[in-house]
Amino acid sequence: MTTHTPDLSCVDLVKDFDSFRAVDHVSFEVPQGSFFSILGPSGCGKTTLLRMIAGFQSPTSGDLRIKGRSMIGVPPNKRPVSMVFQHLALFPTMNIGDNVGFGLRQRGVAKPEITRRVEDILARVGLPGVAQRRVDQLSGGQKQRVAIARCMVLEPDVLLLDEPLGALDLKLREHMKIELKALQAEFNTTFVYITHDQSEALVMSDNIAVMNHGRFEQVGPPQEVYHDPQTAFVAGFVGEANKIAATVAAVNGPNLTLRTEAGTELKATAPASGLQSGQRAQVFLRPEAIGLSMTPGDAGEDNVSQGTVTAVLFNGANSSVTVEDASGHALSVALPQTGGFADLRRGSTVYTRWHPDKARLYAAEG
Amino acid sequence: MVSDGSKLGFYLLLAPILLWLAVLIILPHIGLFVVSISERVGPREYEYGIGNYVTFFEEPLYWRTFARTAIMSIAATALTLILGFPIAYYIAKLTRGRTKTTLFLMCMIPFWVSELVRTFGWMILLRETGVISNALQYLGLVDGPVEMLYNDAAIMVGLVYTSILFMVVPLVTTLDSLDDSLIEAGYDLGGTGAAILREIVIPHAMPGIVSGCIVVFMLSLGNYLTPILLGGKDSLWFTGMIYTQFITRFNWELGSALGFLLLLLSSAVVFLGLKLSRQSLAETMGRA
Ligand SMILES: Nc1ncnc2c1ncn2[C@@H]1O[C@H](COP(=O)(O)OP(=O)(O)O)[C@@H](O)[C@H]1O
Ligand SMILES: [Mg+2]
Repeated sequence: MTTHTPDLSCVDLVKDFDSFRAVDHVSFEVPQGSFFSILGPSGCGKTTLLRMIAGFQSPTSGDLRIKGRSMIGVPPNKRPVSMVFQHLALFPTMNIGDNVGFGLRQRGVAKPEITRRVEDILARVGLPGVAQRRVDQLSGGQKQRVAIARCMVLEPDVLLLDEPLGALDLKLREHMKIELKALQAEFNTTFVYITHDQSEALVMSDNIAVMNHGRFEQVGPPQEVYHDPQTAFVAGFVGEANKIAATVAAVNGPNLTLRTEAGTELKATAPASGLQSGQRAQVFLRPEAIGLSMTPGDAGEDNVSQGTVTAVLFNGANSSVTVEDASGHALSVALPQTGGFADLRRGSTVYTRWHPDKARLYAAEG
Repeated sequence: MVSDGSKLGFYLLLAPILLWLAVLIILPHIGLFVVSISERVGPREYEYGIGNYVTFFEEPLYWRTFARTAIMSIAATALTLILGFPIAYYIAKLTRGRTKTTLFLMCMIPFWVSELVRTFGWMILLRETGVISNALQYLGLVDGPVEMLYNDAAIMVGLVYTSILFMVVPLVTTLDSLDDSLIEAGYDLGGTGAAILREIVIPHAMPGIVSGCIVVFMLSLGNYLTPILLGGKDSLWFTGMIYTQFITRFNWELGSALGFLLLLLSSAVVFLGLKLSRQSLAETMGRA
């Protein structure tokens, strides 16, 4: 067999609330065993989409298939998917063992078998022997793992996760990212993970869908979404980016010359931007794509400008400086940890430079 | 000094409650008990003894009425719970905002009129020449007038109607605090409606169920008006019997003994109920 049915596929899914469209013609496929993230700002319709997959909401139109079988009209308790809720929704009136065994009890599995499988799954998520504890006796990260175990014990085709790390503190969140990814690899189950945190999506996913106003703006592997954003929204939402408004002055094949409102000339290479001369555009530049030096360097180099450091934001390996050029336009620049920038101070004069093919260009909206 | 002052304040604040407890609850009950163990041996001559209690156990009418009152009160409590739970669930979980407030208020409307008027309402509906009887005759479902008053079912209807609010309010409060995502998680994990009710909703609502049941049981057991009006003179309700002893027979001694037994009965049933449910409460909530 060369063709595999994907574990989950959505075809032209739409969800309307009264006159408000929360999910707008969304189509995607998630292959078996992969980690798929839906990334988007709050209120863009992620939870609505996930709840449709779980069966708590029915789509206005479109189709939803799990392992090739349409799920339209199938109630949530009959779908081969499980969901980890935003606030986990562990049952406070049951102990951990009963929580994890809940689904098996519903299926009528024999008691000793339930006990064995619950112990087994708890051991696999790294929590052996907690079955007798109460929910409130566990830490945040442990509850997280119990919530996953409670779903995974049912061996679902697809596991849905709704911003499960949102309630954790930063340190634990960093740790759980790695752990979730490891758990997914270990169970080899398809995960659909929704989040508004781009770093969670980038670190864990095989594929990311970037969502805005109910639509998918781009679907692709993390590297592609980060390095080759298809729309201005994706470029701005995923990762840090400097945003420069400019007008196209000249188009010469893939090479464009743009002029900012302050009159600075920019050179950019964008083979498929479709921009015309005179059109207004937005230029997106990653902080790490901008070079920094104390000397002007060769003449004739593109996009070099002199500026003044207005802020040094030290954050270990993620340190950056804000450089303001003569016209007052500020750029955020990643601070290299090597070389002689350690004594960079507010007010220092520096030169910024970036290669024309590092910029992403989009037609300005409106 | 400060602590003395605050102590004084504390006792001053406590005084009305203590006074109320002492004057209206403890003293009358002591009096009741003292009277109940008095036996009349001649005109204006009394002796202490347990004769009144012996009378109670020797006279089948008394202890049968006693048992009947207890059983019917328990049945009324169970019926109120069965009827009140879906109402409370609907108000707490399936409505929001204004609809919720409106429904809640509608539960209270009957309580804006006195119990007497409320009970008369039922009499108008149920009596031989009443609304239901006439309607049935008009529809040709029955030949002659039907009497629906003066039986146990009528008493039950009245008791449930009188006390359902006291079941619905605590249930709505506890069900309101049940997170919807717990119910959804139950469905998501393959639970049926019945399993979710049994394993998630009821354990969560247990405190509300227990407090609602205690209040309704107490109200039913101590109800005088409803059994007399809807059940008739021979309704055989224990409060009616106590009333007869005090007012009709002037036998305060026996009346007191019966009153004291009613107090013991309600305490025992509530204690038993608490004991039974707390066992499960301790197990399910487990947060002493
Ligand atoms: N039941 C509902 N009725 C009406 N509007 C809703 C309902 N659920 C969600 N919405 C709206 O749909 C939009 C998307 O919500 P949601 O899917 O929760 O977003 P996200 O999870 O991405 O933050 C929001 O604007 C929200 O107000
Ligand atoms: Mg959400």
